[in-house]
Amino acid sequence: MSELRNPQALVDYCQKIRATTDPQQRRVRACDGTGCRALGSRKVLARLQETLQEAGLADKVEVVPTGCPGFCELGPLITIDPEGISYNRVSVDDVPAIVAKTIARGEIIDGLVFVDPVTGQTIIHDHELPFYTRQMRRVLALNGQIDPTRIEDYIAHDGYAALSKALYAMTPEQVIEEVKRAGLRGRGGAGFSTGMKWHLCRQSPGEVKYVICNADEGDPGAFMDRSILEGNPHSVVEGMIIGAYAMGATQGYVYIRNEYPLAVQNLKIALGQAREHGLLGKNILGSGFDFDIEIRVGSGAFVCGEETALMASIEGKIGEPRPRPPYPAQSGLWGKPTNINNVKTWANIPLLIKNGSAWFASVGTEKSKGTMIFSLVGKIRNTGLVEVPMGISLSELIYDVGGGISGGKEFKAAQIGGPSGGCIPKEHLDAPIDYESLTALGAIMGSGGLVVADEDTCMVDLARYFLKFTQEESCGKCVPCRIGTRAMLETLERICAGQGRAEDIEYLNEIGQEVKRSSLCALGGTAPNPVLTTIRYFGDEYEAHIYDKKCPAKVCKGLIIYEVVATLCTGCMICARNCPVGAIAGEKGQPHVINPAVCSRCGVCQSLCKCDAIVVH
Amino acid sequence: MVRLIIDGQEIITEPNRTILEAAREHGIHIPTLCYHEALEPFAACRLCVVEAETGRGRQLVASCAYPCIDGLFVHTQSDAVLQSRRITVELLMASSAHVPLIRQLADELGVGVPRFTMEKDDCILCGLCVRACQEIVGVGAISVINRGIEKKISPPFRIASNTCIECGTCVLVCPTGAITLADITGGAQTVHPWESEFEVVDCRVCGHHYLAPKFTDHTALLAEEHVP
Repeated sequence: MSELRNPQALVDYCQKIRATTDPQQRRVRACDGTGCRALGSRKVLARLQETLQEAGLADKVEVVPTGCPGFCELGPLITIDPEGISYNRVSVDDVPAIVAKTIARGEIIDGLVFVDPVTGQTIIHDHELPFYTRQMRRVLALNGQIDPTRIEDYIAHDGYAALSKALYAMTPEQVIEEVKRAGLRGRGGAGFSTGMKWHLCRQSPGEVKYVICNADEGDPGAFMDRSILEGNPHSVVEGMIIGAYAMGATQGYVYIRNEYPLAVQNLKIALGQAREHGLLGKNILGSGFDFDIEIRVGSGAFVCGEETALMASIEGKIGEPRPRPPYPAQSGLWGKPTNINNVKTWANIPLLIKNGSAWFASVGTEKSKGTMIFSLVGKIRNTGLVEVPMGISLSELIYDVGGGISGGKEFKAAQIGGPSGGCIPKEHLDAPIDYESLTALGAIMGSGGLVVADEDTCMVDLARYFLKFTQEESCGKCVPCRIGTRAMLETLERICAGQGRAEDIEYLNEIGQEVKRSSLCALGGTAPNPVLTTIRYFGDEYEAHIYDKKCPAKVCKGLIIYEVVATLCTGCMICARNCPVGAIAGEKGQPHVINPAVCSRCGVCQSLCKCDAIVVH
Repeated sequence: MVRLIIDGQEIITEPNRTILEAAREHGIHIPTLCYHEALEPFAACRLCVVEAETGRGRQLVASCAYPCIDGLFVHTQSDAVLQSRRITVELLMASSAHVPLIRQLADELGVGVPRFTMEKDDCILCGLCVRACQEIVGVGAISVINRGIEKKISPPFRIASNTCIECGTCVLVCPTGAITLADITGGAQTVHPWESEFEVVDCRVCGHHYLAPKFTDHTALLAEEHVP
């Protein structure tokens, strides 16, 4: 491939790729993202290619490994074009039938299509799945459509057209003005105006400037940034080049965690291809603008998602935050003006520039424009990756898009913003999802992690879980975060173990407030949120643990006992044989008894009992 | 010049000064632990927090690192400031209540018995030793290791460092006595807690041993480098 040396060359190349693509071509799009791989998609893909070969269809059918289309709950996912027939939970054994029936003859296989669990309706085509129809997929539009390792696929969908527009039809100031006018706010957590941030960096004096993509996603249950980098890495690369042009930066870095090998791999491929095509490096698209991007792989420290710690890590120093001001825009990487944006922010840029600020701002609320990407996890039916307009209510997100609570259980709370976020209870299900509303409720928009809790979730235990994470990830530089989170965690552990004391709630509130206000960086500044919000909305659960020594959700091991209901027990001995600590006694055919002093509350007996004779108190 | 108001008092100072520097010049007391005037601000102990009226409302900021901005209103004794300092000292007392410096701060701020305790430790992780070794001595023989509550000061691999020039600066700057020098035999000393052992030379005049040859060698080398 020769380098594209002017805007027309890019347009011609795009036309050429489109001309050689037949929309009626039989194609199989198979999710090759990390989620589906974990469910065995690589074997399905290999089997598919073998079977097509055997059937003599290999040159007639195109197999496209794609990034994550989002419906992770039902993976491995494949879609058969041109009809767009969507099959889920595909196993290796399903492949021969898929090739023989659907690919060869266009027949639908009943067992593989989606059946709406509520209406019982069968849905064949991917674009009709309620999971997708309720979303607004802008940034994620090409995830699941294109092969992320082929720049041709991206260019065929107008990829790099926004870059061409920015370089040849806009001045850097106009690009910044457009981003400002769109009202795009940082998608990494704090929600600062992206255009303003770019403006400050551009205004900052200095010959050398840097742009950084923060891909150090590390919250439990979050996979938004990973999925974008795996499924559409060029969108992030294009966004960064446009940003660099606007701010006058010549070097960019993507800081990505080592735990994301596929994202690193696909990004590396994308950077190489962009360079080969003259879209990255010297004299981009013949414009005279030089900019290149390097990857910096982090070693999995959550605190390195904090911008100053991230920059220290890139510089080869210990990943510890430093006080601001000076802000990165004034003095960032190696003391030079630097701009850091999250993966999702960068991925929004090409769309915003290509379609204009008015298009971008046509969805959302007054202060929160555009769409937001969430990873839905926890006790929700449609676990996966979704993109919705800002301002959508929590209930629409959880019930309409997420399909409601799994197992027909009752919704209790949603933890928004990961371990730094807060729990939002049932009373606020109608709250719109935007930066200000979430902050008012004690949560944060964060990076887009959303963990759903149902009636079986103990809120004290949930707070303990998230605080355990942040306490372990605290860098330990400042006193409030290092010792304060530890003090809070030990208090919560005591409460969960049934040794809560009357003064504990007040202590947690007092220390929590101080850790929030006095910590050096946002890790400590937000770590107490899960504790403070669960106390605020579920204070009765704390009181039940402390005063009544009861865990209402029957989760905390120190506060529950397992018992055999003698009238239901048939004496089959399964529980006694499987109890790992030998706590169950009883003759064959006689009701069994659990010794609470020995029982470790692991729940194995209950899960194995065929006559539901084991209950938890 | 920059004009700011600290505790209602108008203060005129040079730009590029921190709030702490400006306050101390004018006799306003702000307690610190990790601050040292010869070192870059670290903003880790959080004891020097003050309330600043910023664009985002009243915020607690570390005065050792926050610059004097024209027209800034600063409160060094407000309820929020005192409460923050009290909690910080209480948290430090969890493992270092026996350290005289911490007890003195606790008395000053009226903190009684800490509600949370951990294993006793002389080191409060102020980082003065690490930064002095890096920024002043220019050696970097010690560093922080681990993360969070496991954080410690240590030479690489937790063994006596061979880049250490035995100057004793870490011992000198340590505010809690967590790093000490001990005579083990005449003419040899050891640095606790890393068991860095080194020979010392005796003073020709008084006969007391006072310098490590490694340190004099290092200094001589520096002097040579600076000969034009």
